[in-house]
Amino acid sequence: MGKYTGFRPIGVSFGRKAVFLPEIYAMNANVLEKLKILAESAKFDVSCASSGTSRGHQKGAIGSAAGWGICHSFAADGRCIALLKIMLTNSCMYDCAYCINRRSNDIPRATFAVSELVELTIEFYRRNYIEGLFLSSGVVRNPDYTMERMVRVVKDLRTLHRFNGYIHMKSIPGASEALVHEAGLYADRLSVNIEIPNEASLQALAPEKNFQSVFTPMRYIQQGVVQSAEERRHFRSAPRFAPAGQSTQMIIGATPDNDQSILRLSSALYRRQSMKRVYYSGYIHINTYDTRLPALKQAPLVRENRLYQADWLLRFYQFRVEEIVDDSHPNLELDIDPKLSWALRHPENFPVDVNRADYEQLLRVPGIGVKSAKAILLARRYGRLGTYQLKRIGVVLKKAQYFITTCELPTPTIQEITPEGVRRLLVKPNPRAADERQLSLFFDEP
Amino acid sequence: MRVFRYDKTFEGLLTAVFYAYTRRQFPDVLIGENDPLPLFADEPFTVCTDTAHAERVWKGLERKVRQRELLSALTAAWLSELPDADTLIFRYIRKIFDYPGDFAYNLGDADVLRLNQIWRKVNRESSYVIQFLRFQKTADGIYFAALAPLYDVLPLTLPHLTDRFADQLWLLYDIKRGYGYFYDGKKPEEVRFADPPEALRTGKLSAEQMAEGEKDFQQLWQTYFQATAIRERLNPRLQRQNLPARFWPYLVEVPSSNRTASR
Repeated sequence: MGKYTGFRPIGVSFGRKAVFLPEIYAMNANVLEKLKILAESAKFDVSCASSGTSRGHQKGAIGSAAGWGICHSFAADGRCIALLKIMLTNSCMYDCAYCINRRSNDIPRATFAVSELVELTIEFYRRNYIEGLFLSSGVVRNPDYTMERMVRVVKDLRTLHRFNGYIHMKSIPGASEALVHEAGLYADRLSVNIEIPNEASLQALAPEKNFQSVFTPMRYIQQGVVQSAEERRHFRSAPRFAPAGQSTQMIIGATPDNDQSILRLSSALYRRQSMKRVYYSGYIHINTYDTRLPALKQAPLVRENRLYQADWLLRFYQFRVEEIVDDSHPNLELDIDPKLSWALRHPENFPVDVNRADYEQLLRVPGIGVKSAKAILLARRYGRLGTYQLKRIGVVLKKAQYFITTCELPTPTIQEITPEGVRRLLVKPNPRAADERQLSLFFDEP
Repeated sequence: MRVFRYDKTFEGLLTAVFYAYTRRQFPDVLIGENDPLPLFADEPFTVCTDTAHAERVWKGLERKVRQRELLSALTAAWLSELPDADTLIFRYIRKIFDYPGDFAYNLGDADVLRLNQIWRKVNRESSYVIQFLRFQKTADGIYFAALAPLYDVLPLTLPHLTDRFADQLWLLYDIKRGYGYFYDGKKPEEVRFADPPEALRTGKLSAEQMAEGEKDFQQLWQTYFQATAIRERLNPRLQRQNLPARFWPYLVEVPSSNRTASR
């Protein structure tokens, strides 16, 4: 306790003296430089969720975990910053074509000491900058050696410093079961990135990896979660294993894989109870010298968005993957969302009567989401709904109007306008696509 | 026109509901103690705030509304400080009591809908405060944060903050309303300053008020904030949408040139 700065209101007594960590001010230019390098190396990992674990404050421990995620800031790319997303080291012995940290790249390399990373996490956490730590690492020497050092960081945080916030840890492909198991005892969420949804493409781009090295640690995590749930059924004090489950990530657009194979894989992964999220990361052409990769000018952001929409349909809208993409439509349409695309292919399910339809039917209407569907269910207990009432409770009718009937006089729906008509009404032609300065001659392109 | 005069507290408002029902006279307008009477008003009835009466009205509401969370819409609407919030809450409570069933879900009703919209706005603002408050450590070991939220939401953030920062001393200050909460390691207490120091007006500590190392951590956080953005995906519009400009002046990571411009 130093000099009086006028911030302690006079007359407020302290009672129990708060316990502070021994503070080391070793933060110097060196740490600043390391933080910069290792954050730049970790930024391409999409996952930043801090949800899934609810843990109140415990005496003598630091912090808590909120069950819902909290974003503490938003970077210039608009992405949420919830966790201190950082690598333990960005030196890596692998040479994966899509990765910024591959060994053939000439970039500055750095490694954090365990104590530096632990102090950084706790001090950031105490200032409400972050919800916790997202720890990743390049592979040094061998997977087990790397994993052991990562486990030491999270173990120190949890046991030595009693850090009670959120910890997300990457599991290194090829790490042993014992280490994955130890990591699960300290981390809230574990993740192994698949990166490429097809084994042949993965082998071509990342010769040191194969599906087995990715799916084996995933299976260890799954087994740990199931086993811990079983034990906790018998003994409430049994330790929790990765209470927020696991997640994974796939790179979109680096290989010619279509949306069908991506979404089929996602849907198969979601069938395991421990898989909470699959992230999709639009490929950014960073290693421009590698000819195995497509030279994309811009990350495929629209396709990424459509894949997330399809992912939401799988998880919250009771869609099956075959309904979203099939052999005749292996890719998602880019100019309309997957639900609208499904509805236009299946006009026989519409129109839906908002005053009678059940929740599942309402969820299938394009433009009506979980919130709107629930609001409709509540509001119609008190009276019949027309377009005016729907607008009032916040239902957006731009798309939905062609797929519903209300208590009012019938308006033209998809049955009268036909699916092609609805598509024409909803998709605005891109004004920049047609170049008006160029006179078009009516020759068909070969 | 019937007018009720009350002391502009939430308890006062609930007491007004109590007297309206006992007297079977329902006011058209609610005014504060020193407000001028509106035109064509009858002699106003002055409500003496009584906690017992207020408590009774609240209990009645709890009996009537099955889902208790919906009642927090009332407190949230009160904290919104909107000029017509009190008459809205009054009308809403009347509807809840007078309707035979459970009225709180009836989004088709204009008052229920508006109250729910205000509730949503206030809740969003309180989660913004939880997200974007930044503690700075002072030389005497207190973590200090100041911001100016749109609505009076500090009381709503206290359960989360006392749970999360239970082992540190902190002061959370509302610059706009000139009060804050000081947590002394046991429970948060409301504090006001007769002569607030400079930092309580700007939200920024001077160099000598900061704890040793505080400046370094701020700089580390700024560096991290810059480094973690992917330059190939810059999207300032999305950033502004997620991180409203009114919080920028009090954020550590936003460069100070941007901070004042957005005030």
